[in-house]
Amino acid sequence: MNNILVLPMILPVLVGVILVFLRPYIRVQRVLSVLTTMASAAVAAYCLHHIHLNGIMRLDFGDWLPPHGILFVGDSFAMLLVLVACAVSSIILLYAFATTGIETETMFFYPFILFLVAGVNGSFLTGDLFNLFVCFEVMLLASYVLLTLGGRKTQLKEGITYVLINVLASWFFLLGIAYIYGVLGTLNMAHIAVRVAETGQGPLLTLIAIIFLIVFSLKAGLLLYFWLPGSYSAPPTAVAALFGALLTKVGIYALYRMFTLIFIHDPVIYKIIGVLAIVTMVAGCLGAIAYSDIRQIVSYNVIISVGFVLTGLAIATNIAFQGASYYLIHDMISKALLFLLAGTVVYLTGRSKFNEISGLIRNYPLVGWLFFLTMLAIAGIPPFSGFIGKVYIGLGAIETGSYVLLAVSFLSSIGVLYSLLRVFLNSFWGETIISEDDQKPFQKKIGLPLVLLAVLIVGLGIGAELLSPYIQDAADTLADPKQYIRAVIGDDLE
Amino acid sequence: METLITLLVGVLVAVGVYLLLSKEMLRIILGTAILSHAIHLLLLTMGGLKKGDVPLLTETAAEYTDALPQALILTAIVISFAVTAFLLVLSYRVYQESGRGPRLRGRQDE
Repeated sequence: MNNILVLPMILPVLVGVILVFLRPYIRVQRVLSVLTTMASAAVAAYCLHHIHLNGIMRLDFGDWLPPHGILFVGDSFAMLLVLVACAVSSIILLYAFATTGIETETMFFYPFILFLVAGVNGSFLTGDLFNLFVCFEVMLLASYVLLTLGGRKTQLKEGITYVLINVLASWFFLLGIAYIYGVLGTLNMAHIAVRVAETGQGPLLTLIAIIFLIVFSLKAGLLLYFWLPGSYSAPPTAVAALFGALLTKVGIYALYRMFTLIFIHDPVIYKIIGVLAIVTMVAGCLGAIAYSDIRQIVSYNVIISVGFVLTGLAIATNIAFQGASYYLIHDMISKALLFLLAGTVVYLTGRSKFNEISGLIRNYPLVGWLFFLTMLAIAGIPPFSGFIGKVYIGLGAIETGSYVLLAVSFLSSIGVLYSLLRVFLNSFWGETIISEDDQKPFQKKIGLPLVLLAVLIVGLGIGAELLSPYIQDAADTLADPKQYIRAVIGDDLE
Repeated sequence: METLITLLVGVLVAVGVYLLLSKEMLRIILGTAILSHAIHLLLLTMGGLKKGDVPLLTETAAEYTDALPQALILTAIVISFAVTAFLLVLSYRVYQESGRGPRLRGRQDE
């Protein structure tokens, strides 16, 4: 029964391998790839409901009982992220069909997107630390290829930085794994949590916790984000949207897993995360306001939201976890839409600086209004999706009296609003610079994925009530790690 | 024995970091390769070095070698092999595009 848990990872891998052999048949590749991600989303939705009814799901590979074997653990938090990741990547694939050239498509574009999705889903679902490393690497290797596919000069240049920084981060990841195996003698995350609780989180374990904090901060872009704006603005729009929507979220997920399950006994770590989140939000706002390249602005918006989601971890109460879950989901959808819109504007006008563009709303009203809607959603204005997450994180901050975090995180929303409003006012309003005869035709197939994502944003805002039981489950598991541990290794080891 | 290997790991890390900080692309790639060797050795050492018997656990076995670090290293080696191969191809492409040896020169505005 629980075998279904492996499908969100194994489906994309298998179909990806098959697609490698179907290289000349682009149409087949397109259909199969989008069907695969949609099927994974459906499986994730089913599992999510199953977890709500029957508790956390677990799959022991080869029937090796934990803590001896590798296993997949599906709790609501992970499964929500799998669901949204698969749904968003299906929609981004629709955009990729319309915009990716045939030369890129025949260079195994779709298989690599599927491998990326597989790596992301695997990272969310795994219950083993080393398996997490492997899934990270699957995701990263696919992203290296997608970033450099096409071989433009900026792509290659940013590709080198991106690969090297990730090689280094993976090195630190292995370092952390080696230390934790040396100290605790296990790699099963729930078992590690039990042993940390037994031995007490002394200086040695706190050091290991800091190593993991560095690793996942590099991946998530928490403070150590210097590589992010460059490498997220280099690749083609569809790939950039996939990166912006999925990759940093995996790092955030790993941070949440680490610091709500394993290293929960030392409050200093949460203080450090809080400070890092504040610095990230401030620096992200400065970056978003400093640049005039639309793609850079959008990339810096990713960084601000990373800081914002991690304030939820720094506060670490049930209600803040609820807010963070809502906001993570919202952020995956809205960042995908924002990246697609920015890429569409650059494609339609052929320019990337917002002060060189104006009056676009007359030429392309749909793009203009969708941009406006996304801006409101990201700034957290009701009834769109960002609102509910921000409110819950704010409630958590008031509950624990973290007023500095509260102030900075809400001021960062104003920074977001200002940076995007500047783009909107300059490029969409004012004198139109493109006459109706010169304007590039706006194809319906580019519009469709944009509208779909916008519908998701509005739907998540209005239908938050529908999601709330699952979000509640996710927050409960995060706030009470015993649930997770009990589901994995039973009561006897507690 | 463990101390000796840990010292060796330290030396390898020092060499790897030195190479990683240079401007020459090939040296950087070699640096990442050496760094990954260092971490593999560390993984092995952290699992405890060979204690004198096969990695089989029976009811009566008093001594056995921990097989898990070896499995971890095998996986990590394969991954670092793939990444190194990718980096080599990437730097060759940069060489083809720019027409000169791949060197990291930073950005104009930084």
